[in-house]
Amino acid sequence: MKILVPAKRVPDPNSTIKVKPDGSGIVTDGLKWVINPFDEIALEEALRIKEKLSGSEVVLVGIGAKTFSEQLRTGLAMGADRAILVLTEEPLDSLAVARILQKLVTDEKADLVLMGKQAIDADSNQAGQMLADMLGWPQATFASKVELAADQKSLQATREVDGGLEVLSMPLPAVVTADLRLNEPRYASLPGIMKARKKELKEIPLGDLGVDTAPRLKVLKMEAPPKRQGGRKVETVEALVQALHSEAKVI
Amino acid sequence: MGDVLVFAEHVKGKLPKTTRAAIEAGRQAASRIGGACHAVVLGKGIEAVASEVAGYGVKKVFVVENDALEHYVADAYTEALAQVVKDKSIEVLVATSTAVGKDLLPRVAARLGVGMASEVVHFNEDGTLTRPMYAGNVIATVKLEGSPRVVSVRATAFDAAKKDGGGEVEKVAVSLDAAKIKAKFVAFNETKSDRPALTEASIVVSGGRGLKNGENFTTYLEPLCEALGAAMGASRAAVDAGFVPNDLQVGQTGKVVAPTLYIAVGISGAIQHLAGMKDSKTIVAINKDAEAPIFQVADYGLVADLFKVVPELTEEIKKLKH
Repeated sequence: MKILVPAKRVPDPNSTIKVKPDGSGIVTDGLKWVINPFDEIALEEALRIKEKLSGSEVVLVGIGAKTFSEQLRTGLAMGADRAILVLTEEPLDSLAVARILQKLVTDEKADLVLMGKQAIDADSNQAGQMLADMLGWPQATFASKVELAADQKSLQATREVDGGLEVLSMPLPAVVTADLRLNEPRYASLPGIMKARKKELKEIPLGDLGVDTAPRLKVLKMEAPPKRQGGRKVETVEALVQALHSEAKVI
Repeated sequence: MGDVLVFAEHVKGKLPKTTRAAIEAGRQAASRIGGACHAVVLGKGIEAVASEVAGYGVKKVFVVENDALEHYVADAYTEALAQVVKDKSIEVLVATSTAVGKDLLPRVAARLGVGMASEVVHFNEDGTLTRPMYAGNVIATVKLEGSPRVVSVRATAFDAAKKDGGGEVEKVAVSLDAAKIKAKFVAFNETKSDRPALTEASIVVSGGRGLKNGENFTTYLEPLCEALGAAMGASRAAVDAGFVPNDLQVGQTGKVVAPTLYIAVGISGAIQHLAGMKDSKTIVAINKDAEAPIFQVADYGLVADLFKVVPELTEEIKKLKH
């Protein structure tokens, strides 16, 4: 089974994000960059499947600048077999990302795409669904559990939805997007880090793929959100209820 | 010049608040483009729901009845919705970013060969859109090129549409090839609760890791929710630890709520949690750690042991109501 795991390079989720004074983007000085946490969860799931099915291959895919190779090596250290880095400095929207992935999935003849449900920078939650449609594959988004059938021809996924948990079944090939509770990703081991250095990390310039990546969604400007007015501390429950009743008038 | 189409999600024969917010968003979008606002209802046995949608100030309600649409599955709904968008000269497709909206709309956008903007909070007069990024730490102005434009909206950014005149109900047939519908609905394990839904309630009481276990949610928070008529929410930490089911999670990647009153109990206030509730009208924080970041967004902060003060608060609320 060949599993493709697309991953995005994002600022560490614990970073303090500040907007540049001219609104053209965020301040990147001093930011720590990581693999999008949801993509890391997807990678972990792919590795667990690989551990159960001999002869499987996990291919990590990144799209971005050369600096992304650092985070991709971490993915290789966790256990991915090889990585592909599509080189570009251009900002890409979800549609473009899906088109790039469609080309790679088709060329690689992947059986399963496992990716994060959303990137924590853009928070769009679109690429996986778009990719599934372009491929004509079924999708299982926000998956909290994935079970492959013994014959490897279908899977059952449990999804976190609004009122509880939904279970879907679908034939392979399919696109699965990972939610928070699918698993807890492993740390790269020292032997893993050593092995990663020798694993293949192929760089492909975006232009070589022949895909239309002109953005349809353009970010024109960024601003800081309105700051909430500071509140006050109350000393007792009585004071709280009084404030909520007479001051805020919410109860 | 085209029109706006609102995907009207229905749950158990009813229109949730999130759908009425989508209708309101659709009306805002329609006024920007100078077109009409229509709605579409997909499913089986949906005549009554469609009539109800017609009462909310939309021009037409397209009703798509089909056995294959009885349970929501992405591939079937995508095909049906894309056909309606193409047949009815739709310029803007709108849905709320519920679990269904998030699963469905991007697939429809790809089917139509267009881009999409998620979690939009405002349709600007100049044709641009406003949406949060970076867990709500950035407010971005974006532009969607191409046609039609596919937009999911954040329910909390729009008031629920009010009853406003009678729209026309129009039956629309779509052709669905069963062989192309690959995903199958197996089961829905619904979280049973007497509490109102998080996305419907005007008061929310959320618990965090400070509650220490699931029983404490029942012992301490349930009575408070009961006294306030509130929905119950939770931080990611509480859900991860198994204290409460996943659909209670409030946050960047859980539910985004903006009730009149949000009470955070034993929640430290991580960036990702704040992203899901900082637009609430009044925020109360109860935490024994005076340095917890939650106090920075709270209008009223009570530094205290929640196990002592939450029962007291429940009693005081009950007294107030009598």
